[in-house]
This record gives sequence, structure tokens and C-alpha cells, in this order.
Amino acid sequence: IFFLQVEVLDAKTREQPPGYVLKGKSLRDDEILQNLPVGTTATMYFKDLGPQLGWTMVFLAEYIGPLLSYLLFYFRIPYFYSNRYALSSSPHPVVTLACVCHTFHYTKRLIETIFVHRFSHGTMPLRTIVKNCAYYWGFSAWLAYYINHPLYTPPSYGELQVNYALILFVMCEMGNFSIHLTLNKLRGDGPKGRRFPMPNKNPFTWLFFFVSCPNYTYEVGAWVSFSIMTQCLPVAFYTLLGFIQMTIWAKGKHRAYIREFKDYPSLRVAIIPLIL
Amino acid sequence: MASSEEDGTVEEKENNNKKRTKSTLATAWLTFYNIAMTAGWLVLAMAMTRFYIQKGTHKGLYRSIARTLKFFQTFALVEVGHCAIGIVRTSVIVTGVQVCSRIFMVWFITNSIRQIQSEESVILFLVVWTMTEIIRYSYYTFKLLNHLPYFIKWARYNLFIVLYPVGVVGELLTIYAALPFVRRSGMYSMRLPNKYNVSFDYYYCLIIVMLSYIPLFPQLYFHMLRQRRRMLHGEVIVEKDD
Repeated sequence: IFFLQVEVLDAKTREQPPGYVLKGKSLRDDEILQNLPVGTTATMYFKDLGPQLGWTMVFLAEYIGPLLSYLLFYFRIPYFYSNRYALSSSPHPVVTLACVCHTFHYTKRLIETIFVHRFSHGTMPLRTIVKNCAYYWGFSAWLAYYINHPLYTPPSYGELQVNYALILFVMCEMGNFSIHLTLNKLRGDGPKGRRFPMPNKNPFTWLFFFVSCPNYTYEVGAWVSFSIMTQCLPVAFYTLLGFIQMTIWAKGKHRAYIREFKDYPSLRVAIIPLIL
Repeated sequence: MASSEEDGTVEEKENNNKKRTKSTLATAWLTFYNIAMTAGWLVLAMAMTRFYIQKGTHKGLYRSIARTLKFFQTFALVEVGHCAIGIVRTSVIVTGVQVCSRIFMVWFITNSIRQIQSEESVILFLVVWTMTEIIRYSYYTFKLLNHLPYFIKWARYNLFIVLYPVGVVGELLTIYAALPFVRRSGMYSMRLPNKYNVSFDYYYCLIIVMLSYIPLFPQLYFHMLRQRRRMLHGEVIVEKDD
């Protein structure tokens, strides 16, 4: 047996030992003190992160809003639109189709959150959750308002535009799901067999030949197809914002992969094949 | 062998020289920029004073200085670029928000809604802006020339305590005065139905802008108060980090 002396200091008022620069990320939950690269004296810094929420709950809170609010607009709950349209339904089939697609998208996300994803960090701070929920709930309400509006104008190229968009949407949703499954299997190996994701027999995973984060690529694709399907500018704007955010995430992930794996394929880029 | 070693050191020296000339170039440009902006706002101040002395009224004052104001306020967009390329160590977002709010007032309120150009609130914020900008740009100029008179520093970090809220009042009153004209003319607005299934009401947008002052103004004001304590009294204040 050997004992470790642990000195606990507050993160803000800590004193730095002379000539020594503190580096490194915070420790993972599963790290063992004995295995850390320290001597017999380890100095641990603690920081109060404030109120937190587990990741699963975070995603459930974020996705349940869009799911339900869109339906409120689809069924034209009284007072959302002017009273003579209350509880009426739209004469355009594309509006119903859009509702099905939107609902499917968020239902799929909820199911994935519960059954598929495995999260690395334990929790997320409360302030961030409020901000994210405001973003998701706010935007989906704004989109739903226009798509289900009594004065909605269906797409300029009619059935052709809607059907092509629908095919693209379905393919992107399936692609996104396939990637999530692939990433999930990868995580199952644990920290010992750390490998980067590779394409397998599923054709949707062949996007891995070209990008590091095809799940984001497919997500953007799904929203682009939804914009085309509804021909609604707010949807396109929301897609753009999502694209920017996901590109930032993808670029970070891509850089992390390159740093960790020396044999990382050079053809791959972050999110858009051959471009970004 | 000896010659390649020499080449190596010559290259290094060139690189160091490049780094030094780059920051000299940056300093030269920034000095020129700040002097030019100080001069511009001084010209504005003098033009406004001269108009008021000669005409005795503020009606028509805005029209007489409109072009100069638009030029110098729009040129301030360059400051966002300064932050982006790193020759000025301020956050791009903070500078961006400040410059954008100015551009918004000048181009989307006073420039496009002629009926409010003779309002007193316009003169109010113009006076405040002029005073603030002259002090701010001369502060930067002196700082770059390494010769900062204490009273400029004092002015920069104390006058805002009064000027900032007064300016906000001027801006809000102006937007409020513009509301009925926006509603009547339906400017910058789009209604349903249309091909892109979007609508935009400039009237409600302005109301949202006015409401956004409520959370934003205290944040910026207290940020400046903290900066003031740091610059004038050397206090270090630990800010809450997320």
C-alpha cells in the first residue's frame, strides 16, 4: 500500500508554484488517482460548476419543445392564428408532409437520446440548457408558424420539388441514424481500443471516406431538404445557423482526430466532402 | 556548409524584421486611423456648434452634418477588422455590437426616417456621441504615441458615467418617435402571402430593439465601470466565468 497526500485548493485563488505552469484538461470521472502522472503529492483543483443537469435530460428538454410546439401550430390551436382559422386544417398536402417529417425528425432524436447515445461528459450547466432550449423551442415555433399559416404558399415547382426533397430528407435521416449507430459501436470498445470511425458495409457510412463527421453532414442535408420541401425562408435561415454551429463542432472533432491518430486518412475533411 | 548556416541566420533575421515591421506598420496605421477619426468627430462637433450659433435652432442641424456623420460612423466598421486580425486586443463581438448599434441608428433610423430628423433626441445622442468619440479616439492616439495626458484618461473613464445613459435615452427617444412613421409607411416590411413564406414587420422589430436595451445596457455599463476601476485604481476584479 502506499498513501497519497492530496492537497485541495480553490481553483480561483490558487497559488502557482514558482517556475511552473499549470496545464492540462480536467480529469475524467473514471481516472484513478494512483495512475496519474504525479509523484507522492498530488495537488487537485476543484471548481464549483454551478447547477448542472445530466446530458440525457438536457436533450430530452431541448427536443420535446420543438416536437410539441410544431404540432400546436399544425392543428392551429386557437389564438395562434386569427380566430376564423382556429382548429382548421391546411388544403396543401405538403403542410401535412412537413409536419410528419418534422415530428419524425425530433422523435428520432428523442429515441436516439434514450437508446443510442453514450455521453462522455456527465452533465451540462443550467444556464447553457436554458439558452439551448430557448434556441430550439423558439426557432421551431417560428418555423411552424409560417409553414402552418393559413396564407402559406406551397413550393414553386409543386409536387416535383416536394417529392425530391422528401427523398433527400429520408436518405439523410437514415444516413444520420446509421452514423449514430456506427459511432455507438465504436464507443463500446472503451478507452483501450481507441480507433477513429471507418466506413463499413452500410452504404450510408461510406461518407466516412470523405468526412470526419458525416452525422453532421446528414443533419445539414436533412434540414436543407426540409427547406426545399417547404420553400420557407425562416427554415433556410435556421438551416444556415445550424450549419455554422455544426461546422464549428466538426472542425474541432476533425482536428482532435488528426492530433490523436497518426494514420488518419488525409482525404477526409470536417463536414462537406472535398470542401470544408 | 558555412554558407548554408549563414543563410539560415539571414533568413531568421529577415523573419524577425518582418515581424517587427508588421507591428510597426500596424502601429502606424492605427495612429493614422485614430488621428483621422479624432479629426472627423472634431469637425462634426464644430459644424454642429457653428450651425446652432448661426441659426439659433436645431431644426435642419442633422441635415447639415448628415454626410459627415455617415462617413465617419460607417468608417468605424474598420475597427471590427482591427480586432479580427488582432492588431487591437478587444473582443470582435463587443466591438461588432457597438459599431453595429451605431450603424443601425445612423442608417436605419435617422437616415431613412426623415420626419424625426428635427427631434431634440437626435441632437441629444449626437452631442453625446461626438463627445465620447473625440475623447475615445484621442485617448487611443495618445496611447499609441506613448504620451497619454492624465486628463484624457480621466475623461475617458469618468465622463461615460453620465454620457452613456444620456446617449441611451437619446437613442431610445428617437426610435420611439420614429415608430408611428414606420407603422404608417410600412417601410422595410414584408407581409404574407409570398413565395418565401416569410414576413417581417419593421415596427415590431424596432420595439424588440428598444426592449433589448434593457438587458444589454446594464451589462455594457457595468463592464465599463469594472474597466474604470481597473484602469484608474488598479483594482483587480474577478469576473464570474461560466
